[in-house]
Amino acid sequence: MNFSQAILEALESLGSNKMRSGLTVLGIVIGVAAVIAMLAVGTGAQDSITGSISGIGTNLLFVFRGGGHMGGGTEVRNPKPLTLQDAAAIADPFAAPSVELVAPVLQDSLLISAVGQTATVNVSGVTPDYFPLRNYTLTEGEAITEENLLGRASVAVIGPETADTLFGRHDGLVGEQITIEGQPFRIIGVLSAKGGGMFGSEDNQVLIPYSAAQTRLIQRRTRDQVDMLLVQVVDSESVPSAVEQVSAILRTRHRTEIGADDFTVFSQQDFLQTAAAITSVLTIFLGGIAAISLLVGGIGIMNIMLVSVTERTKEIGLRKALGARKRDILIQFLTESSLLSLFGGIIGILFGWLISFIVEKVAVASGTPFYPRIGLDAILLATIFSAAVGLFFGIYPANRAANLEPVEALRYE
Amino acid sequence: MDQDWVVVANDLVKTYKMGEVEVNALRGASVKIARGEVVSIMGPSGSGKSTMMNILGCLDRPTSGEYTLDGEVVAAMTDDQLASVRNRKVGFVFQSFNLLSRQTALFNVELPLRYAGRVENRRQRAAEALKAVGLEDRMTHRPTELSGGQQQRVAIARAIVNQPAIIMADEPTGNLDSKVGKEIMQLLLSLNRERGATLIIVTHDPLIAEQTQRVVRLHDGLVEFDGLAKGGAQ
Repeated sequence: MNFSQAILEALESLGSNKMRSGLTVLGIVIGVAAVIAMLAVGTGAQDSITGSISGIGTNLLFVFRGGGHMGGGTEVRNPKPLTLQDAAAIADPFAAPSVELVAPVLQDSLLISAVGQTATVNVSGVTPDYFPLRNYTLTEGEAITEENLLGRASVAVIGPETADTLFGRHDGLVGEQITIEGQPFRIIGVLSAKGGGMFGSEDNQVLIPYSAAQTRLIQRRTRDQVDMLLVQVVDSESVPSAVEQVSAILRTRHRTEIGADDFTVFSQQDFLQTAAAITSVLTIFLGGIAAISLLVGGIGIMNIMLVSVTERTKEIGLRKALGARKRDILIQFLTESSLLSLFGGIIGILFGWLISFIVEKVAVASGTPFYPRIGLDAILLATIFSAAVGLFFGIYPANRAANLEPVEALRYE
Repeated sequence: MDQDWVVVANDLVKTYKMGEVEVNALRGASVKIARGEVVSIMGPSGSGKSTMMNILGCLDRPTSGEYTLDGEVVAAMTDDQLASVRNRKVGFVFQSFNLLSRQTALFNVELPLRYAGRVENRRQRAAEALKAVGLEDRMTHRPTELSGGQQQRVAIARAIVNQPAIIMADEPTGNLDSKVGKEIMQLLLSLNRERGATLIIVTHDPLIAEQTQRVVRLHDGLVEFDGLAKGGAQ
């Protein structure tokens, strides 16, 4: 028997019991579709998270007060706060040649109201450098300027989502008035939409001059204390040296040359690596669960093939009487089980693609742009895995058929 | 003068183990059949005639004894070698036809050729075999669309398509009414006359056995009678 004949005969045999073959294929379809969809969603999540981390800015360092948190170092007693003077020292191009820009940030959740609407929104006191550093662009108006900073001006740049909440629109807002904790601020600009990010939605925030935040809204224990320093490095190769320079400056200023640092410097790459590690664990986990359903589908194939062997015992006996060797019978049944899983694999890939497509549509419609990605590797993996499942679970029934005694099989009723 | 023996079986013994009990289906039966002979194998149930048929048809191996089919020493062959011998040397006709019900008559007749490896003009040879049994206008019919007699004709076409050394017919008329049964017997006998096919018919029906030249009657696993059909069939 040659190959194409074996396939034609197997097709005919499967076609003679369409309902049964269909249900068996369904088991594989669900398994493969689940694997494809889960891997696509996992990869999509990874893309989306790494994308939003990269979207924060390029070549950034985050400097926090206190050792240990996030980084895993030792906890220090009485950590000194980061101050504006620290920021100024890091900005010194002679002490830290790898540093391009430094932006101190004060942050708090504050009550904001406008035209009768109120909301609690993340308010950040920032300097003009903050905007280029975070890659922020404006849809209208202008960013916070040096004059605003010096004059402690009551001006604000608001995110589009906050604008929607307060005004029901996010254009034509320049000149409108909002109050932050009862104090009036005038809108001078609206940020372009960026989507979800690391620290909550970046579209739902209000930026005001650092000086205004420091003196009137966000009181800290010591004067000139900042919550976080954002540092932009000149280029990606200089990130490690920038970390060293920033750390050295802060060690000197905080007098912690001996012992543990009372601050933490975290680079964007660290975030990316951590996020990538988390999402790949997530992807493997999801894919693993999906693979279990593929396994169940494979057991379904074995079950049906065993039933089929029993039903066709007499036919097997006849074929052997006519000269079929063990190999012929083995190939006949393996072809059938492989075809079942192959069909299941193909339909499953289409179905998995459909699921990913729906997930994407739902995600976009609900305001979180998220793009499941079906990689060639996922398709290959699912195809190879389902073919292997068909072969593996087909071998036992096929062997059983091939080893039937012709005399016994012919007598079987 | 030396005869042209197709079947040479010597002292065949077949012992089945049914749990603890050993059943001797054949206890030293010997038979020789010449090319072109028509032989019926008879005997009451339990006489070993089915076992005899299975061994002569290479479906089974004897526990001991020698068997040569058309020059091939069969007794010690492996399963796959036996399959090959069945394919080339034996044509089977069963009581219950044993056709693949989903396939056409042509496909059913082609089946032995499919297992024979490379065969030229497979379709053509199958069609010729169907013509020889008078079914040239039923080639694309499925067994379910054929009468019992026609189904048995398809089975006979399948048995002769490989031009085997022997045709093994196991109660070929058992599932047919007497009129159709006669036709089938006529067909088998005419294949013997016209093509020189060696015919072994296993039956318990004396009327069938009477139509053959020679009867081998088994009893308790031994050959009880081996001679001319006239009188021996009773």
